[in-house]
Amino acid sequence: MALLEVNNLDVRFAVRGGDLKALRKISFSLDKGERLGLVGESGAGKSVAAFSILNLIARPGYIAGGEILFEGKNLAAMSDRELRRIRGNRIAMIFQDPMMTLNPVLTIGTQMIEALKAHRRIGTRAARQIALDRLKQVQIPSPDKRLDQYPHELSGGMRQRVIIAIALLLDPEIIIADEPTTALDVTIQAEIMALLLELCEQHNVALMLITHDLGVVSQVTQNMLVMYAGRIIEQGPTKEIINDAQHPYTQGLINALPQMGEPGRRLYQIPGAMPSLNRIPTGCPFHPRCQFATDLCKQEMPEYVTSGNVDVACHEVRKLIEEEQQQREMTS
Amino acid sequence: MFVISVISFAIQDGLGDPLRQMVGQSVSDAEREQLREDLGLNDPVIVQYARFAANAVQGDLANSYFYGEPTLDVIMDHLPATLELVIAASLMIVCLSIPIGVYAAIRPRAWLSKFFMGVSTVGISIPVFLTAIVLIQLFSIGVTVDWFPADTGWGTWLNDLLSTDGGMPSYGRGQDLTHLFGTWDSNFFSWDGLLHLMLPAVSLASIMLPLFIRLIRAEMMEVLQSDYIRYAQAKGISPWRINFLHALKNTMLPVITVGGVQIGIMVAYTILTETVFQWPGVGLMFLEAITRSDIPLIVAYLMVVGLIFVITNTVVDLVYGLVNPTVKLTGKKA
Amino acid sequence: MTTATANASRWSRFRESFLWYSFKRDKVAIVSFVVFVLIAAAAFLAPLLAPHDPYDLATINIMNSELPPVWMDGSDPSFPLGTDAQGRDLLSTILYGTRVSLLIGFGAVILQSALGILFGLLAGYLGGRVDSILMRIADVQLSFSTLMVAIIVGAVFKASFGNLMFGEIAIYLLILIIGIAEWPQIARTVRASVLAEKKKEYVDAAKVMGYRTNRIMFRHILPNTLSPIFVIGTVQIANAIISEAALSFLGLGMPETQPSLGSLIKSGFDYIQSGSWWITLIPGLVLVVLVLVINLLGDWLRDVMNPRLYKG
Repeated sequence: MALLEVNNLDVRFAVRGGDLKALRKISFSLDKGERLGLVGESGAGKSVAAFSILNLIARPGYIAGGEILFEGKNLAAMSDRELRRIRGNRIAMIFQDPMMTLNPVLTIGTQMIEALKAHRRIGTRAARQIALDRLKQVQIPSPDKRLDQYPHELSGGMRQRVIIAIALLLDPEIIIADEPTTALDVTIQAEIMALLLELCEQHNVALMLITHDLGVVSQVTQNMLVMYAGRIIEQGPTKEIINDAQHPYTQGLINALPQMGEPGRRLYQIPGAMPSLNRIPTGCPFHPRCQFATDLCKQEMPEYVTSGNVDVACHEVRKLIEEEQQQREMTS
Repeated sequence: MFVISVISFAIQDGLGDPLRQMVGQSVSDAEREQLREDLGLNDPVIVQYARFAANAVQGDLANSYFYGEPTLDVIMDHLPATLELVIAASLMIVCLSIPIGVYAAIRPRAWLSKFFMGVSTVGISIPVFLTAIVLIQLFSIGVTVDWFPADTGWGTWLNDLLSTDGGMPSYGRGQDLTHLFGTWDSNFFSWDGLLHLMLPAVSLASIMLPLFIRLIRAEMMEVLQSDYIRYAQAKGISPWRINFLHALKNTMLPVITVGGVQIGIMVAYTILTETVFQWPGVGLMFLEAITRSDIPLIVAYLMVVGLIFVITNTVVDLVYGLVNPTVKLTGKKA
Repeated sequence: MTTATANASRWSRFRESFLWYSFKRDKVAIVSFVVFVLIAAAAFLAPLLAPHDPYDLATINIMNSELPPVWMDGSDPSFPLGTDAQGRDLLSTILYGTRVSLLIGFGAVILQSALGILFGLLAGYLGGRVDSILMRIADVQLSFSTLMVAIIVGAVFKASFGNLMFGEIAIYLLILIIGIAEWPQIARTVRASVLAEKKKEYVDAAKVMGYRTNRIMFRHILPNTLSPIFVIGTVQIANAIISEAALSFLGLGMPETQPSLGSLIKSGFDYIQSGSWWITLIPGLVLVVLVLVINLLGDWLRDVMNPRLYKG
């Protein structure tokens, strides 16, 4: 059994004039110690997916259907009290912007110790010792002093280190990192990412890495999901997808990456832009931007087909696979 | 302070002739002129101001024409009453506005929150003297309701429910005062004193209360949207701690700034409350001074009120610096 | 184009505007508006509607003093809301009083808008020393609270004009007093939006085209700062009416011979201990309703015109 299994998760935003579908039938799973990448343009629903796992979507968002099984228990159906025992303790989160994530009027120490105390029967002194220990692990200089400092006295990189330390405080099974480095200076992005990966490996923590940086995903994750307009359109082992993307959108994303060895080439751009939630096109949501789109794509939402170890939601891919199969049958 | 002193002094010129009030009609012109000379009222304006400023620096704001004693003493006699009124009203505001504002922010859809917000909108529209009058009618004079048939059980019950006994004191500070020090007699230490304090303090609090509730609610709702609140939730912290530590501490920062200024402004409103309740504080004294053209007293009052504003602002800055770690006490942002 | 079609198109443009649309959807705004129009109409038609003329001393009989409203014992049907301590019909006095209150409210807001717009524009557009002097005055005034300033100015006026004289021109003086006391509110708003507008390209364009400062300030910037002025102005009418009532209540406002709502409440307050609650509470109720509907309209206007709340 997978550590985390999300089945047909539907998330909606209740607004005037009906619900907006932010996530549509999302399914994936995460094993112990696995590293899973979640990619897509901004607005694809990556962050909503991350927050909905801990049932933390802000109003007016709500989980409209599906289940989130963590060790077999459905988080979507849990009471607040039960959920709180899992949040931070078993599943920790790292937010995008370290400048906004720490409470400006509480010291680093307070914010670390309260997390420990919320989940364990532990004295302040012992909690402080653990906090100190974790700060050392994330290589913060003079950690003892940091505990009594306020967030504004630390740089952005420092703060994200603190947040990583907080995520590791209670030895969680899963860390969900929502674009952990985008808000940082380019020069320290790699450093922080390396630190995060190293610590996850050390503590055998499963990592769900949300990013729009395909490069990072291809280097560090075993499996990946590609999201578009609230749907997963392709998922499977990272290597297979990067080497041989099936969905036209994923192909576009990969082609848009600057390639080594081909200096001077103009970068590819997927034409058009992600639709906003209130005007998602009928049929396959990607069809207005897809060069292979047919009439079928405009009318019908594609089901998943399996190609190798990869699941893809695309009519054209299905057609290709079916044709291949027919050929194989004919030849055999 | 300098600005205030100039303004206060300028008022002297406008406020008419104090002699008419002081001596009446029976005094001869010569005597009158002599008195003017004694009081220095015939000197040029600049000379008068210089004398005024020099004395003011030494804490001497001249004698009151009416009381015939130094104005500062007169004010000191009346100031404790006003301060107690302001303190009592501020306490009520703090004790009520924070829980109500926080509640309305946490549960914006609950009918109780809507009720509070509705009441505070209406509250803003009621002038303070009217609140005071209604309070007097209800709790001091009493209201007898006989709209419902008295021969039925529910009718009697409703009549009793809606009727009030009255009897609350609504005039002055009462007799049972506790002497603290100097001119300070306190209402806080006896039942009778507290009863006398009740209605004036409630009506004074009623001006600012709706304002504070709205302010706290708006700020708190904004804070609750912020990332660090969601992060605290993601850490599995209890809602109680999130609301009352993480959110409230951030909410109070702007509230302290605005609130300090408002408490200063409340001093101005004591003029109205004290008039209605005949509360012997500086507000009532000021109004009487105006009707008596007691210029030195008016000027001294303005100076003292100006000083109170300066003090409250300084205290607010200090408190803000203590609560907000991002502000160094020197006033620079770190 | 004839004027008729011009008016028609203006009317239809108004009907299609967001203002009208959101008005139609907001029940509170509609009710407030209707109540306000009713009160205002009743007040301005007071000479036609009122059963008695409270200014005409000949019709007043002191024997009729302190009669209760009709639903209580001992009332006289010709005085539907009872009479005050001098035997004046309370309904008529209230109608006339509301008229005075509204006049002062609107007059004071017009005056303070004029002052506030002028000083706000000057401070915001010219900046520098003009700005710091004007805003320093505004700050001092605001920290003293407008009520205190109004009381002081009122006291000065009353002392320099004498009681009788003051009573005769009280309406104009009160407009002046409240206008002077409240202008900083508007000036600050105007200054803030002027500072925001000043940075925009069209101002540079106007400068490049060589327009004079006056023209740029009044013809180019001012129209773009009108909507916050409108919102503040509405709330300020309510504030002015309350201020007037407060001043009158302190005896620094309208004389009893020509009462406003505030001085009615004051004169009634002297008799509340003897049980004649209606003299003070009925005008009080009218005052509260009037101020409340204006405030509600102001709230609604703010919601409509504030682009931050525009969406959603």
